[in-house]
Amino acid sequence: MSDPSFALWVYLSKTPLLWLALTLLSYAVADRIAAATGRHPLANPVLMAVCMIAALLLITRTPYPVYFNGAQFVHFLLGPATVALAWPLYENRSLVRRSLLPMLVALGLGSVTAILSVVLIARGFGIPASILASVAPKSVTAAVAMGISTSLGGDASLTAVAVIVTGIIGAMVVTPMMNALGIKDWRARGFAVGIASHGIGTARAFQVHPIAGTFAGVAMGLNALLTAFLVPIILRALGI
Amino acid sequence: MVVSLCLLLLCQLLGEVLARATNLPVPGPVIGMVLLFLLLLLRNHIPFVPRETRDGSLAGVCRGLLQNLSLLFVPAGVGVVQRLDLLARYGVGLGIAIVASTVITLLVSVAAFRVASKLFTTDDIGGQV
Repeated sequence: MSDPSFALWVYLSKTPLLWLALTLLSYAVADRIAAATGRHPLANPVLMAVCMIAALLLITRTPYPVYFNGAQFVHFLLGPATVALAWPLYENRSLVRRSLLPMLVALGLGSVTAILSVVLIARGFGIPASILASVAPKSVTAAVAMGISTSLGGDASLTAVAVIVTGIIGAMVVTPMMNALGIKDWRARGFAVGIASHGIGTARAFQVHPIAGTFAGVAMGLNALLTAFLVPIILRALGI
Repeated sequence: MVVSLCLLLLCQLLGEVLARATNLPVPGPVIGMVLLFLLLLLRNHIPFVPRETRDGSLAGVCRGLLQNLSLLFVPAGVGVVQRLDLLARYGVGLGIAIVASTVITLLVSVAAFRVASKLFTTDDIGGQV
């Protein structure tokens, strides 16, 4: 690289503006691609955007904290967006109220399954205990999962990766899987993806159907509460 | 829009305060969601509730945020670049565990919901929604 353009890069790469703009740009491009495929489940916009930026960071040797300095403005909105789930919940409150019992049953069984299955399978592959504690809360939203993981001696940044991967996988498989199973109940479809893959699953559910999105949002919130209690209990019971 | 955003942030803030004060492992934004839900339920019964909760402004801001929910996960997802060493070592096992666990969780949850819905609800709203 010649000197003037290199100096410009050094300057820009240190301002929040560059990485904020590139985060939005990569997502906009990824979202266009997803739309062009008719929102095909495999064309997941989060996955595509993450790959684009991760590749860019690796090529330009930009450390993640420098990137996050700009991207944190987007990351911050996760909190207000979680609060915003109150609106669809309010709009569909009578349907939610009538579905309370199935919701509680699915929440209990789903939450235990989410924790137990990942820990047991990973342990089967000989993965050490500290990493098991990091992936155990993978099905709940990043901020909560990272808190749980840290309190159990896990690695918060590994937890964040496990959470995002879980979200993307759930968002990719839920539609074809539920269609193949012939499940037409939007409440059940949404609730399941909210339990299994938190906000990314909820985002997918909102794209498919507003009722599915609402139930996914409720499931995500309830599962965040329950998982915080269950992870320490389950890990202790397994002797981890 | 300013008042609506302010409401969302205030609910989150109060949620964080309550989470810290009660020492419960409950995320602040989730408590914030419950608080905003309560505010919407009670908006006609308590004084000084901003008109933005009724005139569609708050609804619009909420919808806008939720329509772009996916975008908000991109910064955390890029964090994968920090953990490439661990992933090179345990990536295959972890990958299989996460994919299998997610699929199993989806199956168990949806089956539990459908079975419980058939057992406990007299009006079968499930098939129609």
